[in-house]
Amino acid sequence: MSTTAVMPHSPDESWTLPSRGIVGMVCLIVAESAIFIIFVVAYVFYLGKSLSGPTPGEVLHLPIFTSICLFSSSFTVHRAVTSLEHSRRSACTVWLALTVLLGGIFLCGTGIEWHELIYIDGLTIKTNLFGTTFYSLVGLHASHVLIGLIMLSLALLFSLRGKMNSRHGERLEVLSLYWHFVDAVWAVVFLVVYVFGK
Amino acid sequence: MATQTPTTAALDQARSRGQRPLWLETVHEWVTTVDHKRIGLMYIGYALFFLIVAGFEALLMRIQLAIPNNTFVSPQTFNRLFTMHGTTMVFFVGMPILFGFGNYLIPLMIGARDMAFPRLNAFSFWISAFGGLLLYFSYLGGDGLYGMGSAPDVGWFAYAPLTARVFSPGHSTDYWTLSLLLTGIGTIGTALNIVATTICLRCPGMKLNRMPLLVWIYLVTSLLAFVAIGPLTAAQIMLMLDRYAGAHFFDTQAGGSAVLWMHFFWIFGHPEVYILVLPAFAFANEIIPVFSRKAIFGYPAMVAATVGIGFISLSVWAHHMFTVGMGAWANTFFTFATMIISVPTGIKIFNWLATLWGGRIHFTVSMMFAVGFLFQFLIAGLTGIMLSVAPFDWQLGSSYFVVAHFHYVLVGAILFMLFSAFYYWYPKMTGRMLSEKLGKWHFWLFLIGFHLTFDLMHIPGMLGMPRRIYTYEADRGWAILNMLVSSGAVFQSIASLLFVWNLVHSYFKGAIAGSDPWDAWTLEWSTTSPPPPYNFAVIPTVSSRRPLWDLKHPEDADSNYEM
Repeated sequence: MSTTAVMPHSPDESWTLPSRGIVGMVCLIVAESAIFIIFVVAYVFYLGKSLSGPTPGEVLHLPIFTSICLFSSSFTVHRAVTSLEHSRRSACTVWLALTVLLGGIFLCGTGIEWHELIYIDGLTIKTNLFGTTFYSLVGLHASHVLIGLIMLSLALLFSLRGKMNSRHGERLEVLSLYWHFVDAVWAVVFLVVYVFGK
Repeated sequence: MATQTPTTAALDQARSRGQRPLWLETVHEWVTTVDHKRIGLMYIGYALFFLIVAGFEALLMRIQLAIPNNTFVSPQTFNRLFTMHGTTMVFFVGMPILFGFGNYLIPLMIGARDMAFPRLNAFSFWISAFGGLLLYFSYLGGDGLYGMGSAPDVGWFAYAPLTARVFSPGHSTDYWTLSLLLTGIGTIGTALNIVATTICLRCPGMKLNRMPLLVWIYLVTSLLAFVAIGPLTAAQIMLMLDRYAGAHFFDTQAGGSAVLWMHFFWIFGHPEVYILVLPAFAFANEIIPVFSRKAIFGYPAMVAATVGIGFISLSVWAHHMFTVGMGAWANTFFTFATMIISVPTGIKIFNWLATLWGGRIHFTVSMMFAVGFLFQFLIAGLTGIMLSVAPFDWQLGSSYFVVAHFHYVLVGAILFMLFSAFYYWYPKMTGRMLSEKLGKWHFWLFLIGFHLTFDLMHIPGMLGMPRRIYTYEADRGWAILNMLVSSGAVFQSIASLLFVWNLVHSYFKGAIAGSDPWDAWTLEWSTTSPPPPYNFAVIPTVSSRRPLWDLKHPEDADSNYEM
């Protein structure tokens, strides 16, 4: 067979496949989940095994306000996506701005909490196993929030300059998927670290 | 060329019209490329380079072990050699070569023009390549301030507390950690790309149940990579925090657990074995039917077995840890899970045999390697079942029996199937055939060398020779066996050199292949060899699992028998 075969083609047959952006993001979420699971397992495994204080019960306080902020930012980013899909561009800008604000509040809350833990309670990553696992797990999550915030701020910037329209709806949806994932991880971290782990 | 429309003919000529490109232009083209075929070839080339490096390290170790009380290398050097050999072979030979073939073949096989995310593809390759360089840079940079240590010497699974600052001063372990972290990122990127390509870019008519089995297996392998590489990445982050930030994850002095590292590493490590071996199955699924002149036997069973292996491989990791003392229940569970995984693997072997059965078998070099793979993989699986029994493992764990077992998988199965894939797809990649005559020399020399080395290696293991020792006393009765094992390595080295020579020589002097030298059935053979940058001038439409068979035999098309 030296000649190249001619493959038949019939362009009129309907053939639709899922969007690559969403599939790609779902894959990333699966891979990231595996990383988080290992950190959660390490946290649970070392619960109560620290050789010295302070213990979670002594120093941790429920971060209720900031958690509510983060969870509601899932709602606002969802509204931003639906607004963009319906070509309501200014509504999209407002919802995006709200999302960035809520995410920012959460990150500031984490910063204040860490400041207190380090300077008042004297808990650092070196102190004991609790410090090691706590800072790495919460820090890993916070770094994901930070990355999400940077991307959302970029989207907000584009939106403010009027560069975003309904054609970008799918990209914003991909970004929102990541943000929902970050929120879902916080739900797990919140339950493991602040509710059951105390 | 029949597929060329006037537009594509103009495209093709745009490049050839001018003069030959400058050397620097060619380099620039390759460095900046996002073409899946070029990235695939770069993956393969980079893996072949490290294959030679890590093979050379193995050769040095075999020289050291050939006679008792040898002083060819120092114990320190020996530790570095087996660490670098293992790390390189797994992360910088196995993974990149499999992803290289995947990158090259998947878009061609599903009738797409490129991967789903071409730039991510290039990023993944370069970050992995950087990881490999970083590992070997440790030979220069590993000294650190302490002036001791060069390359990492903690073994490829780097058990704690060997990796702690106290026991591993200098930077060698840091280079090891960083390079694994970086290749891990590259691996996740490529795996993500493969999944998105397979799901989103199939040509019209290429339903999931019509995809070539190779693509199916790469899909499962990639999904497995997500769940396997994640734990490795997490463990490496923890190790870095331990070494740099003073955390205590694996610090036994502060209540940390060394066994936790073992769990995390093997949660990655065992699925990793399947990530490496599944693509070998994938090649077998394409090559064995073509050279048996029969469609693959039991396509749905093959897919089911692949998915089954994917799931079960996540629950067998602790069979690497029987000697730790996990307790009876854990031992029973992991023994059982490990035995269960031989069921889907057995299904695959029977299906390949059934494909061969009654076929008109063509013994090309590619097929010879594939048949070698079948036998050797079976034996590797049988010693695997032996080792899965916890009490048996207590006797032979960390002995040369284990080394022989996993090299039977990695060399006897995976490397043989890789050679087979080279002989099969080299004509597509370069447009030239590999020399069959040199190939036969390569096959027989490698086969003899392989069996000399790895069959006999089981025996010193049973006689009590532990792995990772740099020398042994003359009165142990291991001397003759070790000498024979080492002489097998020489055969394999010569065969590998022949193979490299064949690759280079055939590139310039090989017979012109044409687009379909094997009279095969999958889409990659419907385009020219090598394929143009856009792969297909017109996106094809398929209506069965063997589109080219349908085209060549319209009177007896597969699509008549499929639903």
